[in-house]
Amino acid sequence: MVPVDYYIILSAVLFTIGALGVLIRRNPLIIFMSIELMLNAANLAFVAFSRMYDSFNGQIFVFFVIAVAAAEVAVGLALIVEIFKTKKNINIDEMNSLKG
Amino acid sequence: MHLSEAVNSGFFYLAPWLVFAPITGLLINLIFGKYFSEKMVGTVASLASGAAFVVSVLLAYSVSINHGEMMSVPFAQWIHIGTLQLDWTFRVDSLSATMMLVVSGVGTLIHIYAIGYMHEDVRFKKEEGRFTRFFIFLNLFIAAMMILVSGDSYMMLFVGWEGVGLCSFLLIGFWYEMDTLARPSWANSNAAKKAFITNRVGDFGFLIAGFLMFWYLGSFQFDEVFKAAPEIAHSAPWVIVAITLFMLVGVAGKSAQIPLYIWLPDAMAGPTPVSALIHAATMVTAGVYLVTRSAPIYSLVPEAQYIVAMVGAGTALFAATIAVGQYDIKKVLAYSTISQLGFMVAAVGMGAYVAGMFHLITHAFFKALLFLSAGSVILGMERGHHHLAHHVAHDDHGKGKKKEGKKEEHGHGHDEEHSEVFDPGDMRNMGGLRKTMPVTFWLYMIGTLALAGIFPFAGFWSKDEILLDASLHFTSVYGQLTLAAFLTAFYMGRQVWMVFFGKPRHDAAAHAEESPKVMTVPLMVLAALSVLGGALNLPFEGFHNLGHWLGHTLGEAEGLPLDLKVAGISTVLALSAITLSWFIYGRNPLKANQPDPLKKPLGFIFTGMENKWFVDEGYFAVIINPFKKASQFLADVIDWRFWHDFVHDTVIAGTYNWLSDTALNTYADQKGIDALANWLGDATQSVSATLRKVQNGFVRSYALSVMLGVVLILGYLIFK
Repeated sequence: MVPVDYYIILSAVLFTIGALGVLIRRNPLIIFMSIELMLNAANLAFVAFSRMYDSFNGQIFVFFVIAVAAAEVAVGLALIVEIFKTKKNINIDEMNSLKG
Repeated sequence: MHLSEAVNSGFFYLAPWLVFAPITGLLINLIFGKYFSEKMVGTVASLASGAAFVVSVLLAYSVSINHGEMMSVPFAQWIHIGTLQLDWTFRVDSLSATMMLVVSGVGTLIHIYAIGYMHEDVRFKKEEGRFTRFFIFLNLFIAAMMILVSGDSYMMLFVGWEGVGLCSFLLIGFWYEMDTLARPSWANSNAAKKAFITNRVGDFGFLIAGFLMFWYLGSFQFDEVFKAAPEIAHSAPWVIVAITLFMLVGVAGKSAQIPLYIWLPDAMAGPTPVSALIHAATMVTAGVYLVTRSAPIYSLVPEAQYIVAMVGAGTALFAATIAVGQYDIKKVLAYSTISQLGFMVAAVGMGAYVAGMFHLITHAFFKALLFLSAGSVILGMERGHHHLAHHVAHDDHGKGKKKEGKKEEHGHGHDEEHSEVFDPGDMRNMGGLRKTMPVTFWLYMIGTLALAGIFPFAGFWSKDEILLDASLHFTSVYGQLTLAAFLTAFYMGRQVWMVFFGKPRHDAAAHAEESPKVMTVPLMVLAALSVLGGALNLPFEGFHNLGHWLGHTLGEAEGLPLDLKVAGISTVLALSAITLSWFIYGRNPLKANQPDPLKKPLGFIFTGMENKWFVDEGYFAVIINPFKKASQFLADVIDWRFWHDFVHDTVIAGTYNWLSDTALNTYADQKGIDALANWLGDATQSVSATLRKVQNGFVRSYALSVMLGVVLILGYLIFK
């Protein structure tokens, strides 16, 4: 059986990749995908620990995360569509109207 | 004897009604008086006073069937503080019962007289609304006087003492916005104030006596004081001397003795019934009553008694000389009252308490009679004057005697067609009233003979008893009183010749009219009492009724038999004084505008008598003017310039201004607190200006900082 450590390391790698993607990429769609990656890295960690402790709590959490992620994608995509409608592009470097 | 038995054997339980009866009358007139007619108001007031008289009679009867036993009638708890236990208790004994009878009896007669007198007086002065007020005050006076004479302690006596002082003030100033001739002026209210303030001096003495009494004797209650006094008199005699002499100051104030008598002549500004009731018959005798009541204390200190006797005798003589030089009919009687009060005070000072009380009673009769008759004369003159005003329009008004300083224009209250000021009380305007006012004349004659001490009128017996006592113990007092008695007969003779005999010196006197029955009938009662009053205490074995009666309270004293020498001397002197006055004033009656015939032979002495020996002026020079100057100084310099301008404005306000403006405002507030607050604001602004650059609007950079933060925290957690 594969040790839990490996899953955790994979999860950390996936999370790092997602975080870097959020920070570095400029396309909002790619950023969304990176966020999904971070969420799924967390899901992987949940499942791995669930398995390790022989408990369902982690798996239940994963279901919640998937549901929230779906809702979040729906809201986020709607925002992006609205932004595109008003600004005619979705370049993330031009979205700084909350500047102090 | 048990209390309940005692009450059952008499009418003592009625004692509170002495006070409540007049109070009831007062309240009825106060509340419903405006709906009543004048007759109704007068009847209510007279009935209230009469009820007090009935109660007095019942109480006196109760005392007599109790063999003169003193009876305390407790009514209410008054002041209980520490060792001070004061109760509102009525004391009914032969002395207080005598005073009650005099006060309520004479008082009731004067109430009835006042119905007639005030009816006209308010019309002459055009102030008919004041009729009710007069009777309210009169009833209040009776109530206060009853408290004074029925009190069981010095403090209760003092309440009455102050109460009658208040009523005296209110009634002297009854016509407060005019002078005695009804011209607009503050003369009457000044007279009222003079009476009140002079009495304050006396009351101060009384209060000091009271404080000493409580401090050293431990009580205000009569019996307890008298019980404690002999012991103190033995160990610290000066205490008793001080108490008695301070009490004498009170007596001098209330009973118009030297040096505080000056208010009584001015008190004649009040309506005549007031002069008769308060300033002749009752209130002014309160001092005599006080000394008599305090007899057990006074008899412990012969020195104080001697001073009291000398004050009384001096006053008797001094006031009698002034009375000779007066022209106002009421002023003569006022000085006569002071003189007669001097007789009484001298008597009680000599320890002749019965003689003093006897003279108090007879004097109440004949002096009330004289005053009320004088009131009748004044109203008669006033009627004659108005009669003229309506029937003879303008001619020969200058005939009447004009006084210097009385030539100003008329104020309100008189008929406008009269430009001359007419003084209905000036004897120089009178003359010949015997024919126009016969009833008043005869009544006045009876009063005069009684006052002059002619046998067998009341004044003869009472004055003689005083003179007899004086001749036995105090020769100098006897001399002064005999001389005063001579002058008394003289000035009364002068008054009668001037007022009733000769020819009218003014048209008003020629047209004077007799007074109505409501005024003359009470006078007749008083006249009868003035004739027969002497029977109270005849100087014969078995006839010392008053002495025996008062002996229950004052201790039985041996009644003196008639001394023919003393009685003979005083009678001869009185008769010769009347004869002398006839030679001067009767044989050649005064003409209009003629100066007093005594003026020339007596010279400056008469000027002194005419001007009251300049005592008022002396008081002004010695006390009042320096006092005014001192108050002026205190007000201008001390209060205004020093206290207000310097201390308040310069020191206190200046310091405060400096403190608030310079120290607190400029330095503490502006340069301290404001600067700190501004610096805080500035600092916050500059810090935020720096910090706001961090918020660049790029979500990515926020995320990066979150990321870095997470990495840092994780790093710390892992590598710590």
